[in-house]
Amino acid sequence: MTQTRHEPTGQAAMKMHQLITADGTRVHDELLDPFVQDVDRDTLISLYGDMVAVRRIDVEATALQRQGQLALWPPMLGQEASQVGSIHAMDQADFIFPTYRENGVAFLRGAKFPGIMGTWRGNMNTGWDPYELNMATPQIIIGSQTLHATGYAMGIAMEGKETLAMAYLGDGATSQGDVHESMVFAASFQAPVIFFCQNNHWAISEPVGLQSAVPIAGRAPGYGIPGLQVDGNDVLAVLAAVRWAAQRARTGGGPSFIEAVTYRMGPHTTADDPTRYRGVTELEEWAAKDPLARMRTHLVNAGMLDGETEAGISAAADAVAAELRDACINIPDPEPMTVFDDIYAEDHPVLDREREQYRRYLASFEGQPGAGQQVQGSAS
Amino acid sequence: MSTMSLTQAINAGLRQAMEDDPKVVLMGEDIGTLGGVFRVTDGLMKDFGSHRVIDTPLAESAIIGTAVGLAYRGFRPVCEIQFDGFIYPGFDQIVSQVAKLHARTHGKVRMPLTIRVPFGGGIGSPEHHSESPEAYFVHTSGLRVISPSNPQDAYTMLRQAVASDDPVLYFEPKRRYHAKGEVELNAPLAAAPRMGAALVAAPGTDVTLVAYGALVRTALDAATAAAAEGVSIEVIDLRSLSPVDYAPIMESVRRTGRLVVTHEAGKTLGMGAELAATITERCFNYLESAPVRVTGFDIPYPPSKLEKHHLPDLDRMLDGVDRALGRPNSQTGMED
Repeated sequence: MTQTRHEPTGQAAMKMHQLITADGTRVHDELLDPFVQDVDRDTLISLYGDMVAVRRIDVEATALQRQGQLALWPPMLGQEASQVGSIHAMDQADFIFPTYRENGVAFLRGAKFPGIMGTWRGNMNTGWDPYELNMATPQIIIGSQTLHATGYAMGIAMEGKETLAMAYLGDGATSQGDVHESMVFAASFQAPVIFFCQNNHWAISEPVGLQSAVPIAGRAPGYGIPGLQVDGNDVLAVLAAVRWAAQRARTGGGPSFIEAVTYRMGPHTTADDPTRYRGVTELEEWAAKDPLARMRTHLVNAGMLDGETEAGISAAADAVAAELRDACINIPDPEPMTVFDDIYAEDHPVLDREREQYRRYLASFEGQPGAGQQVQGSAS
Repeated sequence: MSTMSLTQAINAGLRQAMEDDPKVVLMGEDIGTLGGVFRVTDGLMKDFGSHRVIDTPLAESAIIGTAVGLAYRGFRPVCEIQFDGFIYPGFDQIVSQVAKLHARTHGKVRMPLTIRVPFGGGIGSPEHHSESPEAYFVHTSGLRVISPSNPQDAYTMLRQAVASDDPVLYFEPKRRYHAKGEVELNAPLAAAPRMGAALVAAPGTDVTLVAYGALVRTALDAATAAAAEGVSIEVIDLRSLSPVDYAPIMESVRRTGRLVVTHEAGKTLGMGAELAATITERCFNYLESAPVRVTGFDIPYPPSKLEKHHLPDLDRMLDGVDRALGRPNSQTGMED
């Protein structure tokens, strides 16, 4: 065995599209510039404010997990630009198929906190009505959702509608057969789907170089799908790149693949210990490319961010965090008999019998000291 | 009434389902231009177009996974898995997504997929073309699993499966594809037996013999043979493997006191195990003898020249009936 590659090395690096550099400088990109011509100060402030809010959500949720209020949390620290930029490029009619880490996307799409947090608290498997948000619920099986997005987009193509589906995926997912099969199907049926891959460099402990010998976006052309690599810590470039792909999808151009190069600054989940597999040097390198800091510098240098606006953004983020905390700790425990709910859409006599048997079992404790304790105790 | 083969009956069911609902689309390998390797979808692409009868690339996980996306969008996909042994690449999508999405989304997202699977042996095929994987799916909550044994049921149950808002695995007894039968095409679905109903295929009084799919025909032949020896077998066509319709089986066993279950799949944790356990739990005081399973062996499907040893046939079923009746049989004297 050779040593694990940390970065894809099999071919020359792709051009990474960028609009705002790590030091906050606006640079020009022939492909992306036309897609952000309309972006004015208000939009930039909105993008920045959303990133601040998403980071604040992440900090609050991580704290709630440490305090025992959440069973688990998958931090998105460092990936704010990818999440905020991509969702800002979507129309309400577009359908989103996320992974489990797109909790910032869900918030910006309009999901309420009892729903977002309920999944991670262990109260429910899903937190919102997918048809209300046009966003599927978190997908935990790696890469699975890329096929759902492709199938959804095949349906759009059959209907001849000018909308699209977008699948979020990570660098680890690109090794899954489902992701490759989805690209085959998307290309064959010219489905209006966007594969938005956040290359955050780590699939739990495995570096991206283990997943791919070539830049991830470089694989897409092999399927007949254009692949674009974009600076995933540059919110403006992400917005532009997804707009580019969305325009292709809406105008009969078919699928696109975007690799947003970013970095997972936190652990995979709160159950992970990244000190076992990566060093501080890498973290320092990426801290210098922080998506919020560069946007703030850009705004300040351009004279677009005054103290009052910044204080407002900060206060709004704190309010969001307070709302999150309040919603989270007040989610009522689910009723025991709901375990049987919605397994099937239609009658199922065998399950009905199990349900009735368990109802009778629970009822047998009624009126006895410590009624129900046997059941509730198992949750801790 | 029309006389048609089982494949023609499924074809007619698909045609009717597509006419009834423009959201019904067919997906699978070779189902369009070719009409399917068994010609089940013959002529449908020509009549409904390639946007509704979709020849897909060769990827079972993607066939199921994109059908999930289509269902999200409001379509009712009917997926064909070309052969039983080819379903496993799609297993994850079926078990982790198709089966669970309704529950995961608190009923907001429905998965009205029908997954057609030609199954079982007896056709002299190479490896992976003769398997009986139904128990995997019966074990998975959120799915319905059915298997018709004759052209009328094939037609009716296909339409019921497509109309169902739950995902349905529809196991086609490929050994009986060319068996002909009378099919009433125009009877209202509401008047047909429920998709989940088990039916008495032949009444009897001494032993209850439960079969499904291709083995229903064999069981009926066994009942005829036994009758000549003065043994009355009641044959129950299970039809629905998940959920099982226990009422007619319990009613039968309470009369006969004896249960034999037969299937081509291996014995361990198969349908026979579930039926024997449940009937023992619920009819213990009526049983005159232990339930008997007459099944395929717990082996990988054998080469076709050996399959007749693996597959339960009429004689093995009658041997099982003799065990249930306490008559001399092949296991007499064998230590437990």
